[in-house]
Amino acid sequence: MKRLAAALTIAAVTLSAPPALAEETATPVTDFTLDNGMEVVVIEDHRAPVVVHMVWYRAGSADETAGTSGIAHFLEHLLFKGTEKMEAGEFSRVVAQNGGTDNAFTSFDQTAYFQRVAADRLGLMMEMEADRMVNLQLDEEDILTERDVILEERNTRVENDPAALMREQMGAALYQNHRYGVPIIGWRHEMEALDLEAATGFYERHYAPNNAILIVAGDVTPDEVRTLAEEHYAPIPANPEVGAPRLRPQEPPQLAARHLVYRDPRVAQPYLMRQYLAPERDPGDQRTAAALTLLDEILGSGQTSVLNRDLQFDAKVALHTGSYYDGTSYDDSSFTLMVVPAADVSLEDAEAALDSALATFLEEGVDGDQLERIKFQLNADLVYQQDSTESLARRYGSALTSGLTIEDVQAWPDLLQSITAEEIVEAARQVFDAKQSVTGYLMADEAAAAPQQEVLQ
Amino acid sequence: MKPLFAAVFSLFLATPALAATDIQTVETPMGFTAWLVEEPSIPFTSLEIRFRGGTSLDAPGKRGATNLMVGLLEEGAGDLDARGFAAERDALAAGFSYDSGPDSISVSARFLTENRDEAVALLRQSLVDPRFDEEALERVRAQVLSGIRSDARDPDAIANARFDEMVFGDHPYGSQPSGTEESVTALTRDDIVAAHAASMTRDRVYIAAAGDISPDALATLIDDLLGDLPATGAPLPADIEAETSAGVTVVPFDTPQSVAMFGHAGIARNDPDFFAAYVLNQILGGGGFEARLMTEVREKRGLTYGVYSYLVPMDHAALYLGRVASANDRIGEAISVIRDEWRKMAEDGVTEAELEQAKTYLTGAFPLRFDGNGPIARILVGMQMDGLSPDYVTTRNDEIEAVTRDDIARVAARLLQPDALRFVVVGRPEGLEDETSGQ
Repeated sequence: MKRLAAALTIAAVTLSAPPALAEETATPVTDFTLDNGMEVVVIEDHRAPVVVHMVWYRAGSADETAGTSGIAHFLEHLLFKGTEKMEAGEFSRVVAQNGGTDNAFTSFDQTAYFQRVAADRLGLMMEMEADRMVNLQLDEEDILTERDVILEERNTRVENDPAALMREQMGAALYQNHRYGVPIIGWRHEMEALDLEAATGFYERHYAPNNAILIVAGDVTPDEVRTLAEEHYAPIPANPEVGAPRLRPQEPPQLAARHLVYRDPRVAQPYLMRQYLAPERDPGDQRTAAALTLLDEILGSGQTSVLNRDLQFDAKVALHTGSYYDGTSYDDSSFTLMVVPAADVSLEDAEAALDSALATFLEEGVDGDQLERIKFQLNADLVYQQDSTESLARRYGSALTSGLTIEDVQAWPDLLQSITAEEIVEAARQVFDAKQSVTGYLMADEAAAAPQQEVLQ
Repeated sequence: MKPLFAAVFSLFLATPALAATDIQTVETPMGFTAWLVEEPSIPFTSLEIRFRGGTSLDAPGKRGATNLMVGLLEEGAGDLDARGFAAERDALAAGFSYDSGPDSISVSARFLTENRDEAVALLRQSLVDPRFDEEALERVRAQVLSGIRSDARDPDAIANARFDEMVFGDHPYGSQPSGTEESVTALTRDDIVAAHAASMTRDRVYIAAAGDISPDALATLIDDLLGDLPATGAPLPADIEAETSAGVTVVPFDTPQSVAMFGHAGIARNDPDFFAAYVLNQILGGGGFEARLMTEVREKRGLTYGVYSYLVPMDHAALYLGRVASANDRIGEAISVIRDEWRKMAEDGVTEAELEQAKTYLTGAFPLRFDGNGPIARILVGMQMDGLSPDYVTTRNDEIEAVTRDDIARVAARLLQPDALRFVVVGRPEGLEDETSGQ
C-alpha cells in the first residue's frame, strides 16, 4: 500500500515541469496548496476561451465500509440535489444556463465532479462546487427516488450485459480481501438498502477541502485560479476528521489459481478472460508499473501485438485478443488478458494457446523493433495530448487521488522511455503467476435464447 | 442504422468566442475543395475525409459489402500486408481510422508534422490501393459475423434493427449496414472490390483539416492522396418517407431491463423550421437533466437512468427518435409518461422560461465543441456535407436566438405526432396495453 499523498503541505507555488517534459510539451502545469489543505493544479491552454473545472475527492468505492457497497456512487448522484442555497437540480440548471456541461463519476479510489464552461464563468462554478462540498441537504424523498435511478443504472450497466456480470464475478474472485473485489456501483441487495444515514455518513467522512484536489485546465492563469480559489474554497475550514490514511484490508498471499465459468443465455460470442494481481504505481516507485504498461502494449495493443500475431494471424484460433493494465491505482491493480476464440475453437483450446503464447514470449523476449515503435508512439502522444488539456487534467486528477504526486506524474513519460526489454520480461515473469490469477469463461447457456417471434400489442 | 446524433450537432457552429476558428477554403489544382483551420501551435494535423453514400450503396443482394470493405482498408495495401501496414503506421505514430454509416464513409487521420509525407503516402495506399487479401477477408469476415450474432442478442441492437425494418422496409435504411449472416457469408473478393469502386470516388468526397499545415501544403497533400480515386460512384438511393403508427411492438427477450426505442418521422436539415425543431427537442428530450423527459421520467419518478430524444435528419429520410430503458415492471409507466409529454408538447408548446434557458445553453455550449484539431476537422466536414458555407459559423447562434414561442408551437404541431408514436420494446415488459391496429 502507498503512503498518503501529502495533503497538508504548506502553501507554495511551484512552476513544475521537468526538463524532458518541458521540451516535449508546451503545456504549463502549476500547483499550489491552500491553507485548508486543498491541493490545486492549473493546466494552461489559451487557444480557446474555455475552462474545465474539476474537484476530485480522495474517496471512492474502495473506501466504503462493508455492507454499504455503492454508497460512494450513490452520494455522487445525491450531490446534484440541494444545499441550503440551491434547490435540487439547480446546480446542473445553472451550469446549462451558462452554456456549460457538467458531469461526475465514481471509481474505486476517487469521486470527481467537473464542468466545462466559458472561462469567465469559472468563479461561479467554484462558488457552487464549494457550496456542495459541505452544505448538502438531503431528505428521505431524494433518497428513495434517486435509489431507484441507481438501481436502473445497475440494470443498464450490469444486469442487461452478460459481459459486465462476468467481470463482477472475476473481480470478486481476484480480490480475496480487498474492496476492489466489490463493484463500484454496488451489489444489488446492498444498494436496495442504502439510506440517508449511509449517504450522510460517507459524505461527512470524506468530503472536505483537505481531502479534495481542484484541477482547472484551459484559458486561465495560475494567479486567476489562486484568487478565485482563495475566495471560494479557502473559507471552508479543514476538517480534521477527514482524510485519515486509507487503511484498507489488503490481499493475503494468494495460493490457488481460480477458474470460473459464467453461463448466460444472452451470450452469442463466448470468450475467456484472465486476470492477474499486479503491482501499481507507487510514489517515487513506478518502475515496475512502467514496465507493465509497456508489456500491455506489447502483448495486446494492435495488429502487431504478440497475442494478435500468435493467436489471430499464425495459429488462427482467435477472432480478437487484447490486454489491459492501468497502473494508476491506490492499492494492487490487475493485468488482464482476453481471447475471443474463432468459431470452431473451444475456450479450453483458446486458453491453451494463450498460455503457450505467454510461455513463448517469456522465453524469446521483446521484439526490439516493436518496442522502438511503441516508445516512439508514446513520445508522439505527448504532442497529441497537448490538443486535449481535459484528458491531461484527468490524468493528474486520477494520479493524485491514487496516492501519487505531481512529480510522479511528470516523471512518468521519461520513465517509460527508459524501461529496457529485460525489465519488461522480468515484470511479466513476476506478474504471470497462476496462483495470483483468475481465468473466466463467458459462455452461452445450453438452451440459448434468441429473441423470439415478436408480439404485437 | 445508427442515430446520427453527433453528426447533427456538429452543424452548429461558433460564436464570437471562436475568433480563433478562422476557416480557409482551399482549392486544389486537381479541383478538390477543402476547409482548413490552421493551428500551428502543436506540430500535428487532423484530417477528416467523408464520401457521401456509405453503406446505402450496397449492391442488391450484397448487404454488408461496404461495411466489410471499409473494415479491410487497414488490412493491407500496396506492398504491405495487414501486419506490415500496421507496423508502418505505428512506426510513424500516425492514427488512421475508417468507418461507415448509412450516408457516408469516413476516414479520420492524424499525423505528426515531422513525418507528414510518409504518413500521407501510407494513408494514400489504404484508400487508393487496398489489397483485400483473401486471408484478411476471411479474418475480418469472421469478426463481422461474430458482431452480427452478438447484435442478435443485444437489446439495443435488436430494438434499432426492428425499428428500422418497420419504418423503412426494403430501402437500404431498413436493414442493418453490417448485413446478415447469410449475406456476409456469401460476399466474395469481387464484391469487396466493387463496393470500393462504387463508394470511394472523387465526385462525392468532402475534406477538412485542422492543425499544423499551410493551405498550399494541404492542397498538394489532397491531390496526392485522392487524385487516383475513380471519378464517379454508384447512384445514391431514393428518398423515402418514414411512416409509423402509434403503438407498442414487443420483441420478447429474457433480460431484466426492457429497452425501448421510440419515434416517428422527423424534419429535414434544410427545412426552414429546423432550428425551431432543434430548440424544441432540447426542451423535450435533449439529454440534460433540465429536459422534460429527464425531469418527468428520471428525476421525479426514478423510472430510468437515462431517457432522451434526438432529431435524425439523414440524406434520404428524417426521423425523430428517442430511447429509454426501465426494469420490466416499470417500462410501461415510463412509456406512458413519455406519451403524455409528447402530447403535451404537441398541444401546448413551451414556456418563455424554457425557451430562454434552452437558447442560453445552446448558444453558450456551442464554442465548447471546438476542443481540438480532430473535433474541428469533423465539424467542418459535417458542415460541407450539409451544404453550409464557412460563414455559417457566425450566423448559427443568430438562428437559434431568432426562434420564438410561436415558431416552436408551429413546429410542435407539425413535428410531434402522438398518433404516430411507435415504441419498440425489447425485454419482458409487464402490463403494456394492447394498442395496435394490427400492423
